[in-house]
Amino acid sequence: MKKYGKFAVLVVVIVGTLIWLATAGMKDTQTYYKTIAELNHMGDQAYVKRLRVGGDVGAGSINRKGNVVEFILVQEKLNLKVAYDGSEPLPDTFRVGAQALADGRMGRDGVFHASKVQAKCASKYEAKPGGGRPVTPPTYPSKAVS
Amino acid sequence: MENIGALAVLLAFCLAIYAIAGSVAGKLRRNLFLIVSAERAVYGVWFLVTVASAILVSALMTGDFRISYVAQHSNRAMPMVYKFTAWWGGQEGSLLFWSWLLSSYAAVVVFTNRHKHRDFMPYVVAILSAVQTFFLILNTFVVSPFQMLAVDKLITAVPDGNGLNPLLQYPAMAIHPPMLYLGYVGFVVPFAFAMGSLITRQPGDGWIHTTRRWTMVTWLFQSCGIVLGAGWAYHVLGWGGYWAWDPVENASLLPWLGGTAFLHSVMMQEKKGMMKVWNMVLVSATFFLCIFGTFLTRSGVVSSVHAFAQSPIGKFFVVFLALGIAATIYLILDRLHYLKSESQLESVVSRESSFLFNNLVLLASCFAVLWGTLFPVISEAVSGEKISLDKEWFNQLMIPIGLFLLFLTGVGPLFAWRRTSSDSLRRNFMWPGAGALLLVIALLAAGMRNFYALISFGFCLFVAITIALEFYKGSKSISAKSEMNLARAMLELTHRNTRRYGGYLVHMGIVLMFIGFTGGAFNITRVDDMKTGESVRIGSYQLTVNAVHEGENDNYMWQSAAIGVVKNGKSLGVMEPESRVYKASRQPTHEVAIRQRPNEDLYINFAGVNGDRATVQSYVFPLVSWIWIGALTLIFGTLVALVPSKVKREYARTQVVGITRKHVAVEK
Repeated sequence: MKKYGKFAVLVVVIVGTLIWLATAGMKDTQTYYKTIAELNHMGDQAYVKRLRVGGDVGAGSINRKGNVVEFILVQEKLNLKVAYDGSEPLPDTFRVGAQALADGRMGRDGVFHASKVQAKCASKYEAKPGGGRPVTPPTYPSKAVS
Repeated sequence: MENIGALAVLLAFCLAIYAIAGSVAGKLRRNLFLIVSAERAVYGVWFLVTVASAILVSALMTGDFRISYVAQHSNRAMPMVYKFTAWWGGQEGSLLFWSWLLSSYAAVVVFTNRHKHRDFMPYVVAILSAVQTFFLILNTFVVSPFQMLAVDKLITAVPDGNGLNPLLQYPAMAIHPPMLYLGYVGFVVPFAFAMGSLITRQPGDGWIHTTRRWTMVTWLFQSCGIVLGAGWAYHVLGWGGYWAWDPVENASLLPWLGGTAFLHSVMMQEKKGMMKVWNMVLVSATFFLCIFGTFLTRSGVVSSVHAFAQSPIGKFFVVFLALGIAATIYLILDRLHYLKSESQLESVVSRESSFLFNNLVLLASCFAVLWGTLFPVISEAVSGEKISLDKEWFNQLMIPIGLFLLFLTGVGPLFAWRRTSSDSLRRNFMWPGAGALLLVIALLAAGMRNFYALISFGFCLFVAITIALEFYKGSKSISAKSEMNLARAMLELTHRNTRRYGGYLVHMGIVLMFIGFTGGAFNITRVDDMKTGESVRIGSYQLTVNAVHEGENDNYMWQSAAIGVVKNGKSLGVMEPESRVYKASRQPTHEVAIRQRPNEDLYINFAGVNGDRATVQSYVFPLVSWIWIGALTLIFGTLVALVPSKVKREYARTQVVGITRKHVAVEK
């Protein structure tokens, strides 16, 4: 039975290391999904945790200042000001009316500072049945970001 | 026509049910007529689904905008080829495509096995048809592709459709979904054979021999699909990455990991009669992960950058998965004693144990990816808070796992079956070990301090030398025996055991891909708002904005920046990244400019104009091309492994002789 002991030890070491790696990183990399309504009720907790907030990009709200892109997320008629200062370029799918997810932290100034923005790729699987053109007016990147 | 299409799908659904009932009843009552009729029903299903697909495709090609699917996923201006690919461009069509692939696979299986495995083929047919029935339920009752557009009960057409998202109008993206689907759907076949052999309590591992090629082809399709997706993200999306641990990406990786583990562990069963239960579990797990992946990408359970349909099909998948998994677990537990191992593990330092650890680690990584992907769902169920784990968490976990697997790739072939003597261990490890050590020392001396990168490069060289030595040793002994030159001998060697040496080539491909992944540790990124004439430095390149142009054509409006590139005082010409807005869909896209070289890519994205400045995102990605080169090597290696071995063929012939002799003896 000695050799099975060896196997057991090796397996335990490997699985143990993996579990350690998985749990050690969990605290730093977890992000809480919140709606804008929940965010408003979080109190001081809102400033501590890493958050992910979703919503539609408000009409005419995309505004570029240097390396910071500001926009407004709208969810159930509530607005949230977001300032994106991440290093990655905003995705092509990010535009007025698109559904977007912003990752980052809530600032004391009432602005949500996002380090990552994802926009739903309205491509492969259309979300709304029935077709119909998007209602947003045509936007051109130079106008959208300047 | 659309009524005929809908009818065809409905009839196919009925026929598929008949195929299940007919083959099970035929088997139980030993009624050959029923069994054969069920097999014919499989061909019938294929014919009907093909008719339905042909009708949908012709509607897409001719622009029949009365059909809602056509109106949503194609338009008049689209090139023909993308009108065709719109077949799998949306929810309803892609599920029909799934059904069609499945029915084609089933027809091929029935045809190629029409004289073989008569004892368990009825169950194989029944299982394939059960899966088929599930998808046909979706096609018929839940997300029918033949839904018409109507106003007040009057069928109407819209003047033009919405068109396919321009981001997807890209060659790699046109074939990426079918590749993945071919891979997803293909795992049904080994699963069906495994279950068929389990239900009928087959003693041997006939199902493994029969489905070995299927598994490999399927695995190849999955690999191609994943790499094409990564390549598309890199070349089209403009964020400069190829993998982001997005739920949809993970969904495609999960069955691939399971399939990889399965491909390795079947060798243990073939060679040593071990791990029989494990193989059953693996093939089932892989199959259910394929279904799960389809479910994940369509139900919107986990939010992702890819948009999902908000359709009711999620429930159907959950029910199907639950029933299927429960039935499989019951079958395996009930027939556990048929799956007894024929031999035991003897030593920790043996080929067997390296396979074992390979499986353990692949499964662990599979579980980790699954855990990370579903964590928002799990945490919401447990604590009520939806928490997601991001890219860093995956990297933190998957990088060590990947490196350990890479290491096993190298040591596996060095270990002998059963046990390895310390003497042969020393002999085998000397060159690869010394080479890897030297490389690490050299890299350290050159100033590289990234821990994982050092380990990765060391392992890469270690594995590469191991593989090279395997080829060298084998072909040297052949060339000595049969007086061939070394190159011919190498071909001969590979041909004698294509599976083994093809496998080594696949490993080589993985090594090359790891070199590419490791390059990611040295990426350089910068974003600048630049006036015309201004320049910036990135890595060894000097970038200058020469001019910004703009214009428009029928399809889109565009702006482009002409950026002069100078490296070490030498001009490398002008790169012109472009940003576009498509008129029909108002979709902005970025056409990045990439200068691809084996040592590094210079990647420039033009994000738009900000006042009088052009926003330019520039990146240097070292070694990234090796990922694509590695992928090609992997494909080549898999193809080699699919070629029948020369030795195997001779072996098969002697086997036939043996059988006749036995037969003769019986007659006497």
